[in-house]
Amino acid sequence: MEETIQIAVIDREDQKHDIIIPLDIDLNLMEVCKAEGLPVEGTCGGMALCSTCHCYIQSNHILRQASDAEEDMLDQAFDVLENSRLGCQIKISSELNGLVVKLAPESL
Amino acid sequence: MIETDILIIGAGPTGLFTVFEAGLLKLKCHLIDALPQPGGQLTEIYPKKPIYDIPGFPEVLAGDLVKNLMEQIEIFKPGFTLGERAETIEKLEDGKFLVTTNRGTKHKAPIIAIAGGLGSFEPRKPPIENISAFEERGVEYMVRDPEMFAEKKIVISGGGDSALDWTIYLADLADEITLVHRRQGFRGAPDSVQKVKELDAAEKINLITEAQVTGVSGETALEQVVIRKNNGDLIEKKTDFFIPLFGLSPKLGPIANWGLHLEKNAILVDTFDYQTNIPGIFAIGDINTYPGKLKLILCGFHEATLMCQSAYKIINPEKKLSFKYTTVTGIKGIES
Repeated sequence: MEETIQIAVIDREDQKHDIIIPLDIDLNLMEVCKAEGLPVEGTCGGMALCSTCHCYIQSNHILRQASDAEEDMLDQAFDVLENSRLGCQIKISSELNGLVVKLAPESL
Repeated sequence: MIETDILIIGAGPTGLFTVFEAGLLKLKCHLIDALPQPGGQLTEIYPKKPIYDIPGFPEVLAGDLVKNLMEQIEIFKPGFTLGERAETIEKLEDGKFLVTTNRGTKHKAPIIAIAGGLGSFEPRKPPIENISAFEERGVEYMVRDPEMFAEKKIVISGGGDSALDWTIYLADLADEITLVHRRQGFRGAPDSVQKVKELDAAEKINLITEAQVTGVSGETALEQVVIRKNNGDLIEKKTDFFIPLFGLSPKLGPIANWGLHLEKNAILVDTFDYQTNIPGIFAIGDINTYPGKLKLILCGFHEATLMCQSAYKIINPEKKLSFKYTTVTGIKGIES
């Protein structure tokens, strides 16, 4: 039986998307959003180099702390809050079951 | 006027390798790139990162791959227009294209290969209402001429090296300088962070942290910015200039207005030869799209190779092209 988790992504129009994610293919949150057809650019391909996958973690999950590279990139983003993260740096794992994230506003 | 056979827009890996494949067919190339050096994303974003999926290279640093490509194409003597962005295109009466850059450099060629990757790198603009109305009227996304800030009031926003460096540099020159950053810590070089803190302690600059600029206003030119603290407090600040420094991000830019069919910011091509809807204009590498498209360097190389075959036939309609292996015939350079 394939192992999956479910998360919720709230888009920029406040629409909630429940997404079931398999755990066996090593995805990150940016890739999950893109695969779901959500408006996440992921310009740099997941190297924490563009901040187009900026999102807010709204549930109480404890995530691995942001790396220096991620913090650097968040410095170049806008509307950065306490719960801001880059989706591409969040690896999907079983601990994230029930995660709720909201996409940050797009920069121009 | 620069004249060539294939005018390549974008000097990333795909654009560079096009020179090689064109060179084998004795076609000359010239490249335009908005960045001041060749290599595209590889040099600008991740020169020290390893790439593992270039056939024959178990691991190669992005910067080294660009160095190798430059070495590989040297024999074909490509021309470069660097630090300029391809702005307009027009079709001339003789059927050739004329491409003009933002600095007015003109290029003429029968074939255009758009290898623009993610687009040209432009300063990232903060999503502040009306900010575009004040561009060049007080809002500057980069410091070109520091003298224009002499004796002026300036607000700089950002927390990276360029924000810190310009704050330090302009501190002596400006009448008043305010640096706004989203958090207390800075990620810039430790020396610069230290210096900014010293300048703040000595009251040479105003440092406002845990805050961002959220509004701009003025009659005709910029007169005031609104700074919102993370706790919700608003600060209104009179200023002559606002300089948001949030790094570069790629934008499709003027190419979007060239009449090419687009899909989600990418140029639609026919996979037979990666030609666009305009005959003679091809799009290769990350900038194109087609069913099954993958944005990989190795796919860009493949696309460049097939594209050059069609380019040859367009340039030499009466000649028959016989395909040759480099191992059999070697490579012969192009006389400049």
